[in-house]
Amino acid sequence: MIEVRNLYKSLAGQPVLNGIDIDIKEGEILTILGGSGVGKSVFLKNIIGLLKPDRGSIRIDGVEAVGLKAKELAAIQAKFGMVFQGGALFDSLTVAENVAFGMKRLSSHSPEVINKKVTDYLSMVRLEGVEDKLPESLSIGMKRRVSLARSIATEPKYIFYDEPTTGLDPITTDVICKLFLDLQKKLDITSVMVTHDIPTAYKISDRIALIHEGRIAEVDTVKEFKNSANEYVRNFIDINTRVLKT
Amino acid sequence: MNKGNIINSMQSSLTQSLESFGGAADMVRKISLLIFKKPDEPANILKQMVRVGVNSIPIVLLSSFFTGMVLALQSGVASIRLLNQPVFMGSLVAFSMVLELGPVLTAMVIAGRVGASITAETGTMKVSEQLDALYMLGTTPEKYLGVPLFIATIIMVPILTLIADIVGITGGYIAAVTNFDVPGSVYINEIVSYLKIVHVFNGLIKSAVFGFIIVTVSCYKGFTTSGGAEGVGESTTRAVVYSMIFILISDYFLSMLLNSLGMV
Ligand SMILES: Nc1ncnc2c1ncn2[C@@H]1O[C@H](COP(=O)(O)OP(=O)(O)OP(=O)(O)O)[C@@H](O)[C@H]1O
Ligand SMILES: [Mg+2]
Repeated sequence: MIEVRNLYKSLAGQPVLNGIDIDIKEGEILTILGGSGVGKSVFLKNIIGLLKPDRGSIRIDGVEAVGLKAKELAAIQAKFGMVFQGGALFDSLTVAENVAFGMKRLSSHSPEVINKKVTDYLSMVRLEGVEDKLPESLSIGMKRRVSLARSIATEPKYIFYDEPTTGLDPITTDVICKLFLDLQKKLDITSVMVTHDIPTAYKISDRIALIHEGRIAEVDTVKEFKNSANEYVRNFIDINTRVLKT
Repeated sequence: MNKGNIINSMQSSLTQSLESFGGAADMVRKISLLIFKKPDEPANILKQMVRVGVNSIPIVLLSSFFTGMVLALQSGVASIRLLNQPVFMGSLVAFSMVLELGPVLTAMVIAGRVGASITAETGTMKVSEQLDALYMLGTTPEKYLGVPLFIATIIMVPILTLIADIVGITGGYIAAVTNFDVPGSVYINEIVSYLKIVHVFNGLIKSAVFGFIIVTVSCYKGFTTSGGAEGVGESTTRAVVYSMIFILISDYFLSMLLNSLGMV
């Protein structure tokens, strides 16, 4: 369980997060919605310790993560998998080396076991025969899936997805959605997805939160969220459905 | 711009440079604590040695060979003008190469060739979040990239400098023998009788420091890149310019220091 309280973060003199309060519950898929540039990626990076909050508290399984030293932070980071917005695959390494990267460092598996697991994880994200390719030769959808395989390979407790479906066609988006639900069942993980893609959010989430002006404007189950009376939620849904229709 | 603005911008650029120095010092501290620990990926050290050292040999050969030749040529001409005969060509070329041109020229070439590529690569990794991904996968940029690059550069730059010294002196030999009919044995005897091993060390110590400057500036500029592809270009240019400036400035002070230690 992750408890975020009163989280503040400014970047380049501009306040981005203005007192975020949210709980991330064990085993759920939580989706964070918000327009471009509201600080969704910044929010994720604060939780996993890639950015230091200005103030506030983040308790991860009961341990306060704000203000930890590098070594203690590394132990916490090992609980997380992160699928970065652009994939962040190491472009000088092959697909197989990318997927093996975290396992080599965070697990005690032998090289043979790691090799076997690389193939397993790749087939879990429905990729076959790409082990020896370099990331540059893959499509965006494939890169995201390799990135996903790399993240789940370290067997994290929490997995964060930064806009996993943005820029993908509807069919690939659907494949990725099914994949999430599938993995969620198989792997016993807690997922947080950040997106501005409302249909995807409805399809896979247990709960949805909306970030507006650096705060959580609303967080609720999909059903409640759809019917929320909160004016920011209404606005966000209305604008997005209007754009989608045109 | 009015006075207040000038003072403000001077203040902010001063704080910025102080911050950069602090940040770079912190990076160096982290890397030096890791350097004697178990390496993240031993093969990377070798890979970087090839990239920094072996791949730079052709350009180092070329630049030092012609520098040695031109040194001999100019000193020969000057010596004929003053003394009607070409004298001291061997020792002039050898001392110039070993004490100054070998270390400085090699460092300049490496700053341009290797420093730029280190910043471009690590900077691209920064803006595409690959450096962030390292933290999530059980390592850090300092450990995975910094340590191998530091080891490779600080070892390879002096080795390349030694090669440059030898090749430059050889170039001088060829120019002296072919252009001025200086007997080869005279050229070599001069070097053997005047040049001491301590002079070679003097140059190599400096080149190790230059290697340290290049890798520190290039890694730091790469690790702190922001602003997409344009930002990578900007960091790369700056890394090369700063490396060159710091090399030239430190050369003077290092030479003073080494001289005062009697290494001349
Ligand atoms: N390293 C940084 N330095 C300065 N400002 C930053 C930095 N990273 C993000 N910001 C700023 O913080 C704000 C939030 O950025 P963030 O990347 O979190 O947005 P986002 O909600 O993820 O948007 P998108 O949907 O486009 O990815 C933006 O205004 C951005 O300009
Ligand atoms: Mg984002």
